[in-house]
Amino acid sequence: MTSVPLDDLAPSSTHDYRRPRGLAAMFHDGAILTWRNLVSLPRTPELVLFTLIQPVMFVVLFNYVFGGSIGQSLPPGVSYAQFLIPGIMVQTIVFGTSATSVGLAEDLQKGLVDRFRSLPIARSAVLSGRIVADTVRLSMVALVLIVVGYVVGFRFEGGLLWGAVMIGFSVAFGFAMSWIMANIGMRVKDPETANTAGFVWLFPLTFLSSVFVPVATMPGWLQPIARNNPVTLVSNLLRELSILGRPAVGTVLPVVLWIIGLTAVFAPMAVNRYRKV
Amino acid sequence: MTTIIEVEDLRKDFGPTRALDGVSLEVEQGTVLGLLGPNGAGKTTTVRVLATLLAPTGGTARVAGFDVRTQPDKVRSIIGLTGQYAAVDEKLTGHENLWMVGRLLGMSKRQAHERAEHLLERFRLSDAGDRQVRTYSGGMRRRVDLAVSLVGRPSVLFLDEPTTGLDPVSRLELWEVARELVADGTTVLLTTQYLEEADELADRIVVIDRGKVIAEGTADELKDRTGGRTLEVVVARRDQVGRAQEVLCGLAPPEGVRTDPAARTVAMPVDHDTALAAEAISALTAAEVEIEDFHLNRPSLDDVFLALTGHAAETGEHHDPGEEHGRRFHGPLPGGADELLTDRKAR
Ligand SMILES: Nc1ncnc2c1ncn2[C@@H]1O[C@H](COP(=O)(O)OP(=O)(O)OP(=O)(O)O)[C@@H](O)[C@H]1O
Ligand SMILES: [Mg+2]
Repeated sequence: MTSVPLDDLAPSSTHDYRRPRGLAAMFHDGAILTWRNLVSLPRTPELVLFTLIQPVMFVVLFNYVFGGSIGQSLPPGVSYAQFLIPGIMVQTIVFGTSATSVGLAEDLQKGLVDRFRSLPIARSAVLSGRIVADTVRLSMVALVLIVVGYVVGFRFEGGLLWGAVMIGFSVAFGFAMSWIMANIGMRVKDPETANTAGFVWLFPLTFLSSVFVPVATMPGWLQPIARNNPVTLVSNLLRELSILGRPAVGTVLPVVLWIIGLTAVFAPMAVNRYRKV
Repeated sequence: MTTIIEVEDLRKDFGPTRALDGVSLEVEQGTVLGLLGPNGAGKTTTVRVLATLLAPTGGTARVAGFDVRTQPDKVRSIIGLTGQYAAVDEKLTGHENLWMVGRLLGMSKRQAHERAEHLLERFRLSDAGDRQVRTYSGGMRRRVDLAVSLVGRPSVLFLDEPTTGLDPVSRLELWEVARELVADGTTVLLTTQYLEEADELADRIVVIDRGKVIAEGTADELKDRTGGRTLEVVVARRDQVGRAQEVLCGLAPPEGVRTDPAARTVAMPVDHDTALAAEAISALTAAEVEIEDFHLNRPSLDDVFLALTGHAAETGEHHDPGEEHGRRFHGPLPGGADELLTDRKAR
């Protein structure tokens, strides 16, 4: 241990490097922590499995098992694959956001948040690095789904541009949902609990929606709930975008409001929570 | 000498739990302060307040003149923290962990890389540098954790129970690193449950218990208050215990000599006088007492506590409710050689 000169460890107040300031610091630090989370991603087998295998399995199962019966209740000319892919895209992304709560809880439990907070870095970096990396991950999920979709017969009927808008909306909704998950992760502080707490409520959220079946096929009392579920609203918008191209204002507006609303409520709450943990 | 850490009447409540109940202490620049105390004494809480991770309920804490509450960024830019449990990213490699912190501190990619390589070499982790930390042993994790806290060349370093869970070699190495850092001008605040560790490293020791400072001074001053070292002899034959006691009473004040016939042990205080210990052994041999084993016991944290507070450390690891206050005999002592060879603490 002594092969390196002593002064190597010596304290120093004069450095030949300098931290950026203000807004630049927020971007600089956020980018480094985003890098950290993205590098970890392929090294987390359960997450890769979850991200890649699960959507493929769902598409194949639902398309071939339920496709025949549910296909009957769709408007003429719309195949079940056409209906299913946008729905599963929302569902997979929504489920994918629960990794945000697990990741933050893990960082808290393992003391990494303490490590970062003992460094003179931007306060926002831990959260922004997490959310940005998770948003990148969600975009990858969306792309995987499109590829699988093309194999089973899904097409961007309305053109590629609207297809890109569709992916954009699904990821934006995932981004908004991630802030809810960030709050959960920082509140429970234990990865296992965070996993469960981030997961359970997603089942009713995604199944009481138009993700797999049209709302009209549900019992009457359930329909108002399913119809106003944000997951339904987003699924319907994605369908409009992929099947028809140009969406109606009435479909876009509620989704935009949900994305802005969720972010406006849960992002400041998460930032506030982060200050206190 | 300038005071670099100033803590005054620090209080911290966690709901109904009073973790810190008016702690005051000072650390001179370039020295090592050992913060000694049993489980739950408030060591980690003190370190967390000083490292700006925890807002105190009351009192003030300053590092290099900066208030931890109002100027946290100033404090953060001069401190390094090695927490009680290694805080490194398991999914990143050792090199990536170091590189990341270098980048966060404002180094260029190249500078961060060079610094990482340097520290890996310094901590004998070069071979493991490109492996994910989750494949590291406990000791390697602690080393990389310490390396990470040194990336920015901090002038004040907090080490919270740095050797808990280390094997004897790693522990000695860590002590060596700590000494080098201090030789280079770093100020170190070290928490420990072991008097021996404080003894090895600290210029001054502050003993805390239940959130209060109960003593401070140099290691020698504290040991003097606890009576120094004890020679303990295990006699081979039970019928010779009495004779052994007589022999030892001839060498030391009889009231200091303790006998435990059941364990066949006889003990006498020798303080720092190893010649006296040798003399006692020869005297026993001359008196034809058959000796099975003997050792010099240094005061344990329990002894310090006993002497300072009159009660055994209530939440301490080594507290044995079956034993009387005032006991002088111990099993393997926390500071003793036995302990070097066994796991210090099952956490
Ligand atoms: N986050 C917390 N919430 C509630 N109580 C806490 C919290 N952190 C510490 N405490 C309590 O404060 C007291 C001091 O704890 P602290 O961790 O500072 O002790 P310590 O001296 O570091 O002990 P150890 O040797 O076990 O690490 C304990 O009673 C502990 O239970
Ligand atoms: Mg502690």
